[in-house]
Amino acid sequence: MSKSSPLTSRGDYYFKWLSAVCAFITPLLMAGIFFELLSNSMPSIKKFGVGFLFSQNWNPVTEQFGAASSIFGTIVSTLIAMVIAVPLSIAIAIFLVELARPKLSKTVGTMIELLAAIPSIIYGMWGMFVFGPFMAKYVQPLLQGTLGFLPFFQGPPMGLGMLTAGIILAFMILPFICAITRDVFQLVPNVVKESAHGMGATTWEVTYKVTIPYGLVGIIGALFLGLGRALGETMAVTFVIGNAHRISPSLFAPGNSIASTLANEFTEATELIYLSSLIELGLVLFVITYLVQMLAQYMLRKMYKSWSVGL
Amino acid sequence: MKKAAWLTAVMAGLMAAVGLAQADNISINGAGATFPYPIFSQWAHKYNSLTGVKLNYQSIGSGGGIAQIKAKTVDFGASEEPLKPEALTEAGLVQFPMIMGGVVLVVNAPGIGPGQLKLTSETLANIYLGKISKWDDPALKALNPDLKLPSQAITVVHRSDGSGTSYVFTTYLSQVSSEWKEKVGAGKSVKWPAPNSIGGKGNEGVAGQVKVVNGSIGYVEYAYALQNKMAYTQLKNKDGKFLSPNIEVFQAAAANADWKNAPGYYLMITNEPGEQSWPITGATYILIHKDQPNAAKAEAMLKYFTWCYEHGDEMAKKLDYVPMPKNVVEMVEATWAKEVKAGGNPVKFK
Repeated sequence: MSKSSPLTSRGDYYFKWLSAVCAFITPLLMAGIFFELLSNSMPSIKKFGVGFLFSQNWNPVTEQFGAASSIFGTIVSTLIAMVIAVPLSIAIAIFLVELARPKLSKTVGTMIELLAAIPSIIYGMWGMFVFGPFMAKYVQPLLQGTLGFLPFFQGPPMGLGMLTAGIILAFMILPFICAITRDVFQLVPNVVKESAHGMGATTWEVTYKVTIPYGLVGIIGALFLGLGRALGETMAVTFVIGNAHRISPSLFAPGNSIASTLANEFTEATELIYLSSLIELGLVLFVITYLVQMLAQYMLRKMYKSWSVGL
Repeated sequence: MKKAAWLTAVMAGLMAAVGLAQADNISINGAGATFPYPIFSQWAHKYNSLTGVKLNYQSIGSGGGIAQIKAKTVDFGASEEPLKPEALTEAGLVQFPMIMGGVVLVVNAPGIGPGQLKLTSETLANIYLGKISKWDDPALKALNPDLKLPSQAITVVHRSDGSGTSYVFTTYLSQVSSEWKEKVGAGKSVKWPAPNSIGGKGNEGVAGQVKVVNGSIGYVEYAYALQNKMAYTQLKNKDGKFLSPNIEVFQAAAANADWKNAPGYYLMITNEPGEQSWPITGATYILIHKDQPNAAKAEAMLKYFTWCYEHGDEMAKKLDYVPMPKNVVEMVEATWAKEVKAGGNPVKFK
């Protein structure tokens, strides 16, 4: 005993410092990336100013650059993805936890987790060669036939564009949101649910009034994880979004996102201002993602206080 | 720590041993345009089996090739966009054409087969400007009275990444249409004006999107049109003749190019005169430093290029590339003899 105790305390000391260094590397890395992006985008910031964020003009020949269409595309494709994926994944999670038989629940649950393991380029190629033509042939004519009077569904059905990109993104983030939501629901103590059932509540009432509020904080966390992934997804979006630097009200029209623009144009950008504008795009994405995370933290904290239940 | 040091020593020893054993085995690194990658890799493989010289080529794009050769991280760069003579002098580079090829238009519209649709330079420019937006536009109908053109919107497909192919294509459009030159211009990536246009990444991306989008038109290297069995179009050349793309018409365009009067080989071979000249032809240029740091390496590299010029023709033609004509090769060799030096001495290449 007396022999080992000094060794242990020294070990503790070293371990404390080792872990502290590891913990400090992360914010240091964040700050490093931020300043590197900022310093490299200085030529573009100086030349275009705030107008960079609001100009739709992206012309490498005249060296005029504006990020509006990329920011717009990033936000719209992410919104479409969230609108589709969130209700679906919560519904799936409820089914798996509350309604399905254990064996079925386990099988389907594993399959959904497998979906998350598919590389994004596979989603992209599938989206371009299989899903895009399917959209052009069936879904888009149907939408145009029924809701064609809306500005969102104008233009020729090409199969590739903002809507297709949003749907592909929904496929990609669904397994993440679903898997976490399912785990959250499973953590709701059975005693709580059983007591609700004992009071005469139906399954729907238990789900709506007990399970969901109990796990709400966890669900919000899952949503923001999905959101973060959708914002930054690159390869799959590049394949299906159509890669046009334009803002169009129609969801059938091709557009682009920040990540897809970077993937497309970074390798060939040799002029200083072109490269700098692309780096500023990266900075914008960095800031958007950071803001989203801040918002998530803020909402979570607020919820902890006001609900004072759950996880 | 001790272990690591020991390992490093062993590694260094091993590397030295390998180096001694294969003192003659030189490896040459290049980077650049994606367009010549298939032929470059075949040449490199064959040359390696004949001589043991190792060649590595990264197809990262013309812009990347230029950047890397300027930064001296590779031994040669390859680009479809030639550098201006001033830029060459400034960077201390020599440039010469290595191989040529044709850019063709491919369409996906009901009732249009390979080689059936006829296009002129004006109609092509107007399609890409967005002024002709339907397949049954009167201008297209007048050119193709025998075809039943569908009443369908035209989707214009272009490269979404910066590319030498786009550079060749937009250079051609700028030559034939003053409106294109004014509004858009020529470049590896440009602001595509047609409202109904989408971008694909790489030649294979454009080919793929033309294949899946009904009513689309795109431009690709000839080999991609052939491999994907796509409906290529006829084009009217400068002399007013309609041609279907094939290696003969690319060669005719190349033969008409006036390399002699192009300092630094700064020359675009689009819109060349001649009855049989394909209008959208482009060359890939190799960039090397005038001052070679390593004489043995420089010699091996130039010998490799000489071998490609002399013995690479058949392989190139099989892949639908156009080899450089004899007289141009002689000019290039004269340039090497005059300009490429290693430690102040000329570099042997024969």
